[in-house]
Parts: sequence; C-alpha cells; structure tokens
Amino acid sequence: MSGSRKKAVLKTFCSGRVKHRYTGHNFVRNSFCPISKRVGGAPMVSLAHCGWVPPKTHCSMTTNQQIRTHQLANGMTVVGELMPWLESAAFSFSIPAGCQYDPGNKAGLANFVCEMVQRGCGALDSRQYIERLEWLGIDYSSSASVFHTHFSGAMPAAQLFEAFEVYRDVLRDPVIPEDQLEEGRAVCFQEIRSIEDDLAQRVMLQLRKRQYGDPCGRWSQGSMESVASITVDDIGEFFQRYYQPQGLILSVAGKIEWDSLLEKIEQLFGDWQPNPPEPVEDTGAVKGVLHIPFDSQQSHIAVACSALPYRHENYFLARGAVGVLSDGMSSRLFHNLREKQGLCYTVFASLHSVLNQACVVGYVGTSSERAQQSLDALVGQFVELRRGVQQDELDRLKVQIRSSLVMQQESSRSRAGSIAGDWFHLGRARTLTEVTELINGLTVERLNEFVAANPFDNFNLVTLGPEPLELNHAVPSASAG
Amino acid sequence: MQYRRHQLANGLEILAECNPVAHAMACGFFVRTGARDETPEIGGVSHFLEHMVFKGTPNRTAEQVNRELDEMGSHSNARTGEESTIYHATVLPDFQSSVVEVLADIMRPSLREDDFETEKKVIIEEIKMYDDQPPYGGHERIMSEFFGDHPLGQSVLGTVETVAGLTPDKMNEYFQRRYSPGNIALAAAGNVDFDKLVADCEKFCGTWSSFEADRELVPASPRTGFVTMHKPESTQQYLIQLARGPSSHDQDRFASRVLTTILGDDSGSRMYWEFLDSGLAEAAGMGNYEYDGAGLVLTFICCAPEQAQDNLKRIRQLQQDALTRPITGKELEQAKRKIAAHIILSSERTESRMFSIGAQWLKKQPFMTPAEIAAQYEAVTLEQVNEVASRYPLFDNMTLSVGPQCELAPPQ
Repeated sequence: MSGSRKKAVLKTFCSGRVKHRYTGHNFVRNSFCPISKRVGGAPMVSLAHCGWVPPKTHCSMTTNQQIRTHQLANGMTVVGELMPWLESAAFSFSIPAGCQYDPGNKAGLANFVCEMVQRGCGALDSRQYIERLEWLGIDYSSSASVFHTHFSGAMPAAQLFEAFEVYRDVLRDPVIPEDQLEEGRAVCFQEIRSIEDDLAQRVMLQLRKRQYGDPCGRWSQGSMESVASITVDDIGEFFQRYYQPQGLILSVAGKIEWDSLLEKIEQLFGDWQPNPPEPVEDTGAVKGVLHIPFDSQQSHIAVACSALPYRHENYFLARGAVGVLSDGMSSRLFHNLREKQGLCYTVFASLHSVLNQACVVGYVGTSSERAQQSLDALVGQFVELRRGVQQDELDRLKVQIRSSLVMQQESSRSRAGSIAGDWFHLGRARTLTEVTELINGLTVERLNEFVAANPFDNFNLVTLGPEPLELNHAVPSASAG
Repeated sequence: MQYRRHQLANGLEILAECNPVAHAMACGFFVRTGARDETPEIGGVSHFLEHMVFKGTPNRTAEQVNRELDEMGSHSNARTGEESTIYHATVLPDFQSSVVEVLADIMRPSLREDDFETEKKVIIEEIKMYDDQPPYGGHERIMSEFFGDHPLGQSVLGTVETVAGLTPDKMNEYFQRRYSPGNIALAAAGNVDFDKLVADCEKFCGTWSSFEADRELVPASPRTGFVTMHKPESTQQYLIQLARGPSSHDQDRFASRVLTTILGDDSGSRMYWEFLDSGLAEAAGMGNYEYDGAGLVLTFICCAPEQAQDNLKRIRQLQQDALTRPITGKELEQAKRKIAAHIILSSERTESRMFSIGAQWLKKQPFMTPAEIAAQYEAVTLEQVNEVASRYPLFDNMTLSVGPQCELAPPQ
C-alpha cells in the first residue's frame, strides 16, 4: 500500500471502516514504539533505532527453546530459533548501515540506498526482483533506522533458501540503476510528505530528536532538500562503504533446519569481506518545551524522560514501572485518564532503548480545551509513580508479560524480530524462560526502591495543536509507601 | 485440528476450531449488528454500545472488568463495523473458563448513566482523532455518497451531534432490538476444551432470552459521481473510489479478490508498478469489502496535490485496461501464490483463526478451513477473473478527493 520497495510506512485509508475499543499506540508509526502491546504497553525491546554491540564469538544452543547462534569469520552473526510446529519461516537482515552514517548535508541517504539496492540485483532487473519475491510468497519489507538498514520477510518455510539467494544479491550485488534514480528519489519524497499528515508521528519524531540528540534522534527519511541533493555517486559510495558483513545480524525463526541453514549462509555470505565502520559520537540532546502550532481538532502531547536501556541489569525494574503505568486496561494511565475522566481516546507510555540511551515516552491526544488538564494528568501519573506500586498491579503485569511471551511462539516474524533485538542489545539471545525468570524476580519492594531512587522527571515536552501548553507538575510531598 | 459446533436452546451458536497443540486459545462474541442496523437519529450507537459493554454489569464494575481481563493476561479488544460488532480475547488455555465468564457477563451490560456520560467524552475524542487523521472523515463521506440513503451509508462512529444526543434509554432500546442470543455466536480457536466451552456457555449465556433480531435487507443502489472535500491544511491529496463488487454470498468474491490482488496489491500489482515503483504516489491500492446483499471494491491513492489530476487519469486508464488488456496467466499464478502464502502465515495465529471462523458465521457462510479457502482461490480461472472485471467495472465509480487541491475534475 505504501512506499515502493520499503513498505515500512502504512497509511490506513479505511480507518473509517472498523472502529476498535482502543488502538494502543500502534498508530504512532515506528517513531518511538516499534513493538506495541495492547493499551499502549511498553515494548520489550526492539532493534529499530538501536546501536551496535560487537558480537561474541561463539556458537551456542540455549535451553529447550532451541535458540542457536553462529558467527561467520567475517563478523556476520546468524541467530536462529527453531519452531518446528509452524509452517512458516521469517528472517531479518540487520546490516549496520543506518542513517547515523548519513553525511550532514545528505540526510536520507541510507534510506535512499535501501530503496535503490532493491531496484535490481544479480541477474534480476527491477521488475524481475519484485516478481521473484512474489513468486516465493515472501511478505517482505525494508527500512532504514539509525543504526541499521533492515531487510525482512516471512514466507512458507520451503522457500527460505531461495529467499536468501535473492537477498544475497541485494546486499552484495545490487544493480543501482542510474536510470531509476529519479523514481527512487520520488519514493523518498513521498515518505517525507507522508509524515506531515501524521500529527502524532510528527510530535514523536520531534520528541525523539530532542531527547536523544544526534545521531540517535535522527529519522531516516531526511528532508526534501537533502534528498534532492543526493547523487547516484553518493548512493554507490555509501553502498561500497557500509554494506559489509561485520556486525550484520541475520535472525531466522520458524520451521528451519539449523545445520543446512548455516551451510547455505556460509555458501552465500562466507566469502564477503568485512570493513568495519567507524563509531559515531552522540551530540546535541535538548531539554525543554517545544510547541508546533497547528489548527487541529486534537492537541497531540508527548513527554519523555531518561530511563534505563535494555542492556542495563535493572532494565526490568524500569520496564515494570512503565508497565504499571501503561500495560493493560487496568493500568494507571488508561484507568485514570480515560476510564475515570474521559479525557482522551488514546493514552500510553512506553520504554524505548537505543543501546546506551533510553527513555520513557508518554502520549495523550485530546481536545484542545482539555489539553492542559490532560498533560497535567499524564505527567501527574508519572510523578505519582514514585509513591510506589501495589502488589496487585505487579501481579497483573507479570501475568500479562508472561502471556505475551508465550503468544510470541505463534509467530515466526515476531520471534525473528525479538532475537535480533536481543542479539544487538545484549550480544546474545535471551530465552523466554530467562525473560520469565527476570519478570518473576520483580518484587514490590525492589520496584518501589527503584522508582523512589530513579523517579521519572526532567521531562521533555513536545505538543502540536492550536495552543501551547505548560509543563507544570508538582512533586508529591508524601514519601513512597 | 477439529471443528465443532453447538447451539444453545436460546439460539446462541458456539463454534470452535480445536487445536490441542496451540499455545493459546482465542474466543469472541460475534454479534450481527452494526452501523447498518441504526437509524440516522441514533448514528454511532453500535460503536458507543461496544464501548459501554466494558463499563460494567450487575455483577462487575467497569474497573473490575478491566482488572479481571488483565489478571488473565488476556489480549482483549472489541470492534464495530457496518454490520458486525465483535468482543474478543486471547488467553493461555488455563484461562479459558475465566475469560468466557467475563466476556459473557459483559454481553449483558448495565449501561449506567454516569459511565455513559464519561464514555461519551471518550467517543467524541475518538471522532476528533479520526477527523485529524487522513483521509479526514473521507471514508464516511464516500460511503454515504456511494450508498445514499441505504443503511450501509451510515457512519460507524456517528457524529459529535448524534453521539451527544444519545441516552442510555436509546442505547438500551437498540440493545434490546439487536443483542438476541440468536443473533450472536461465540467463536473460538486454538487450544480449546470444547465440552467445557459449551458447559460454560450454557451456564453464563443460557438464561439470555431470545427474540427476533433479523435484519431487513434493503437492496442497494450504489451511485457514481465525483465529490471534493477541501482540506487546506493537509499536505497530501487523498483519492478514494468505490465501485460495485460481489457481496458476501456471491461466489464471484474469490475471483474478484484475485483480480484486486492483480490490480491493486501493495506489491507487484499493476497499481504498484504504475504508482508506487514510480514514486507517483505515496500509497495506492485496492480492496474488496463484502456485505450482506451488497459489495464494493475500494481504490485509493495518496499523492502530492499537484500530481492528483494526472493520477486520476492514470487510475482510470488502469481500470479500463483491466478490460482491454486482459489478465494474463502469469499474473493469475503470481496472485494465487501470494494469496496462498498469506493464508499460511495468517493461519498460524490463533486469534486470526478465531476471526476467520467468526467472520464466516457473521456472513452466514459455511465453515472452511484455511486449506479449503486456499483451494477456492486456487480454483479461480482466468476466464472468471476477466469475467468479474467486466461484470464489475472499476471505472464506474464514486470518487472522493480530499486535500488542499480543490480544482480536480473527473478524467474524461
């Protein structure tokens, strides 16, 4: 429906057809919240917009969940999860060629390269490439994030190796046809324009930019001006420099046979020469309030404050705190802002990691006349959290997370995404048993100690709507308990 | 995998696809009611009621309902469309009985006055949210233009005015007219204990009294035309077209869906090559919508305003070409493979199986397994695809343009 070869951006044309009780934060496209859960639940972790961890050299098999990893001599890692009860297989190539490497005046280059490498590869021309993917029954997508360019797909498992053959050529032998440069550019322009009409997305992108600075706060699309200036030489140079195997994560999940899969991967990628990219330094985070004037029905309000990243040993304490705020219909934000006061249709908080940085994001969309009241209520719940959580809140959260983990077992695509994220953040893939143990290890005492010592404060605020709003929250006087 | 069904004495049907190795079980109450069953004065009542169903019963407060669903770790939600309202949850198998009990209880809601007024504010926020999102109410508008006074032209959300005018009494009147157990099915899929499911339904739903809730089907007379909604603050132009298509009982629906896959899928279709590969549009595609007694094919394009007039011409040409440049065997095979792969992927999810079973019941279609559905598509011939292309000409449509460009005209 959207984009050309990337299909990363969805536009709901038929939003009028079916109305749901709630939409969570799914509608905020991939800016902060790549994995959604129910009523705006906090994502466990996502690979999108993350940094790179050097992989450990090992080949292991962990527990009866059958997660396996293997590293090729050239630095490319294969992480696999065997799910023999499925008929499908899903894969994701995450190549460390993200928009962090876009030169200052060429923002959008990685994204443009992602489009162009899929306009013909190996012996296939542009049309034959798409026809090949279609013939194999691959539901494919691709996108550029800060740290990676991703090429993903899910399909009937029998076609997996043939899919790898195609993607071998995308990554190593693309045509990059100069005569299609302007079509590719037009696709990139369309992606930039689409953001303009998505008001919640605009707010989230600005918030992200201010919270993380550069390059972690970048969005990959660039601007009309920067994309207009990109030449075919820029694309060729970016490809030559950054499309290389050191740090590439290939995650595969579903009905797979590990040994033959490794053999195939070695055959296709084993002789690819590494060329590790240079690290990029973080700069320019901004704190404070930003208002985007817009004549809209609703005000879109988003706040962020620093939190612990996924790789931190206490991450799950932060995850628990955000879960109490936003996981489920009995969570504090949904209950207090929507159910009790009817202030909004959409409200959520979520936790987001970019390797060594992380933040918790809160969002509410509401009528302009109730916008200040809603912002105060949203921030009030964040502040209130430092008073502590209740046992029943934690109990519900644990059941919900465990339930979600089990349900992931139904989806090869979901597991391929999770193990790739784990590998990137941790340098290994966590089993569901391990995550369950971490969740079970949360206690009210630990959580309350944590929220008292690490209160959510020092907020960044971005609003879009008819009137600017003020960030005025009072710290509750009572102590935690 | 076993398919089972049972009907209670009051008419409630229980349908399940039991898969003892599934990790989860999903179930949902499927009600044959939606916007088409409303009068204009109570526009939006089906959807508002769907929200109110979660606001408590004689046995539970709203808070208890939410809390209990969370305590089970359920993934629950509800949805309302033109002719259906669905309340559903997915849980680990151990929670089957508990989730059925809560869902069954909320299907007899209290509709308390104070909850009603609070939730009314939420609904109005939802309406405003959609007003800010592309295509800015364009879907409601074109359905109304296409169907005219026919009930399928009724908006699911209603308007701020109709929702503001609703009262608990009016909602209760609607509930008493539509929520008869004979008009409801409980569909389940995954690791389902069917005997227990039937016993629980007997216990929790067996006392619901039955009454007549048939829908009076009025023949639709879809209209053609060209309508513009001026939206100066929008960046993109949104073009939506509705043309006649097969209804939910029409055997042509399989061939028609194959045709829209060939013409308007999000990858590799004729629209893909015309609009997306070239960058002439940000989004473009086609989809089938099948209702009881009527059907339509929706075509949409989102593009830069200055490109919209040319794109209108191009889409008309593409729709005419569907007749003059008949579908080829290669296009047909490619579409079939794509559909088959999609069926395999979607059938792995328990929730998706539950929706499939429930949707078949809603549309009064016979139960079909994923393999049987795939076989229906596999059997579609080139002749059938080309036949539906001429039986339902896509260029014979209602077109709506939404965006900053207000000078657009229908292509000649």
